[in-house]
Amino acid sequence: MNRSLSGLLPGRSSQPGKRVLPGFALSLGISLFFISVVLILPVTGLIAHTAGMGWEQYWAVITDERVVASYKVTLWTAAVASVINALVGLLLAWVLVRYEFPGKRIMDALVDLPFALPTAVAGITLAALFAQDGWYGQFFDLLGLKISFTPLGIIVAMSFTSLPFVVRTVQPVLEDQAPEDEEAAVSLGASDWTVFRRILFPAIWPALMTGIGLSFTRSLGEFGAVIFIAGNMPYVSEITSLMIFVRLQEFDHAAASAIASVVLMASLVLLLGINLWQARYLRRLHGR
Amino acid sequence: MQQRKTMRSGDQPWVKWSLITLAIITTMLMLVIPLVLIFDMALSAGAGTYWDNLTNRYTQHAIGLTLLVAALTVPINLVFGIFLAWLVTRFEFPGRKALITLIDIPFAVSPVVAGLLYLLLYGSNGWLGGWLMERDVQLMFSWPGIVMVTVFVTCPFVARELIPLMQQQGREEEEAGVVLGATGWQLFRRITLPNIQWALLYGVVLTNARAVGEFGAVSVVSGNIRGETNTLSLHVELLYQDYNVVGAFASASLLAGIALLTIVVKSFVEWRQARQRAPLDDLSDSR
Repeated sequence: MNRSLSGLLPGRSSQPGKRVLPGFALSLGISLFFISVVLILPVTGLIAHTAGMGWEQYWAVITDERVVASYKVTLWTAAVASVINALVGLLLAWVLVRYEFPGKRIMDALVDLPFALPTAVAGITLAALFAQDGWYGQFFDLLGLKISFTPLGIIVAMSFTSLPFVVRTVQPVLEDQAPEDEEAAVSLGASDWTVFRRILFPAIWPALMTGIGLSFTRSLGEFGAVIFIAGNMPYVSEITSLMIFVRLQEFDHAAASAIASVVLMASLVLLLGINLWQARYLRRLHGR
Repeated sequence: MQQRKTMRSGDQPWVKWSLITLAIITTMLMLVIPLVLIFDMALSAGAGTYWDNLTNRYTQHAIGLTLLVAALTVPINLVFGIFLAWLVTRFEFPGRKALITLIDIPFAVSPVVAGLLYLLLYGSNGWLGGWLMERDVQLMFSWPGIVMVTVFVTCPFVARELIPLMQQQGREEEEAGVVLGATGWQLFRRITLPNIQWALLYGVVLTNARAVGEFGAVSVVSGNIRGETNTLSLHVELLYQDYNVVGAFASASLLAGIALLTIVVKSFVEWRQARQRAPLDDLSDSR
């Protein structure tokens, strides 16, 4: 229906330069105005603010011992959280796509909970769960493991808030996976593990990497959920976002913006990387 | 006459059921039990205390401010989201892809950094803040600042929901409308809106959920003045740090309720979209 209609049209829609639809100038104007005022102006403000600092002062602030310790803590906890999310996400995506079982739709809906739940709520909830006398904390206490007020708590908070990413990127790819290859392999006697390794994994790994990338980016910037459970001890369990906050409370705006510029650059590089990765992968998918 | 039974990997019963069991346990531990804990803690001192906690003056003020922020943020981002989605899915122009990437920035940026960006620009010693200060306009550490950072943090949601859908639907229907002499508003009302209404609803619900619950960015620009610039999320933090854990969870339970509503709407929207698509899928299968 759609295709036949487009054939009747005087100007073919795919031709650039011929704009049939109204509203180009208006939507371009509004979009550019909004993006400039809301996104670009504040970012340039930060750049201008840090540019006024001078290189030496800037370098001293961002390589301060306590700040560097916070980079390390943030990076390794985010990395571990992303690996956990890759495993859990793969399991959930697989089960949700491949099997039918009672409660499946509820499980599917619940996966989005970490995105919908405010991070402060997630933070106090996880802190209460993993406190020494909490529902989970008491079991870890028996094992002699402390989660609250340690980097392990940061990992817990990060894994919770970025749990949906891997599920939601892998799910559609698994759904599109045609059954023939697998059926052939299984009928030829391949084990489940072989089928997964040789057929399924090659198909889903670009999506899996995208999900891990998104999860990692989100974890690096996570603040609300982490600060309640981390204990925020300098050099041990203090994340970089909190470092910015601490500098702000000391009214050291220059230092706060210097550290923020590092975080901002890291997240923009990651965002660009993920976008390029997706573009490359999508091109391959469509055989272009 | 043997019926062909297709086996795919992981279809053996023991594999299947152990994976399902594992997934259910994981969901329980990571998602369900935390949710139960919120309401359990909120009600742990009895329903009377719960009610008192919610009707407390400061809580009431926080609820009001939170609703105000959402009521301003959602329409702004709704309008912007529709225009941006229309722009990037209905026209080809240089810089189109860059625009789509730019809009993702708030997703990638740490909320604390987002708050700081606004504080630096509009704070009393910021570029625009100084100029505004001379004119007695204070945006930071008051509610307009909270609205501004919330708009920043939530601006991708509506556009992100609409762009893939409108891309997939193509522009043929609207072009047919133009040929038949429809005005821009008629096109939108009669053709575009019915096609995107469910995705739009979900975009709004997501924007709302995040606007209501934003914490990091808001805590940088709010100044946490109790009874003045405290949103619900900030109120939760304040009570928690005052060791009023039950009170904190009472406010948290309201936010958790909004979160639950959000995922219910999402499931509903997906169900509607699947039903809308179903006849089309049948057609393409028969080809």
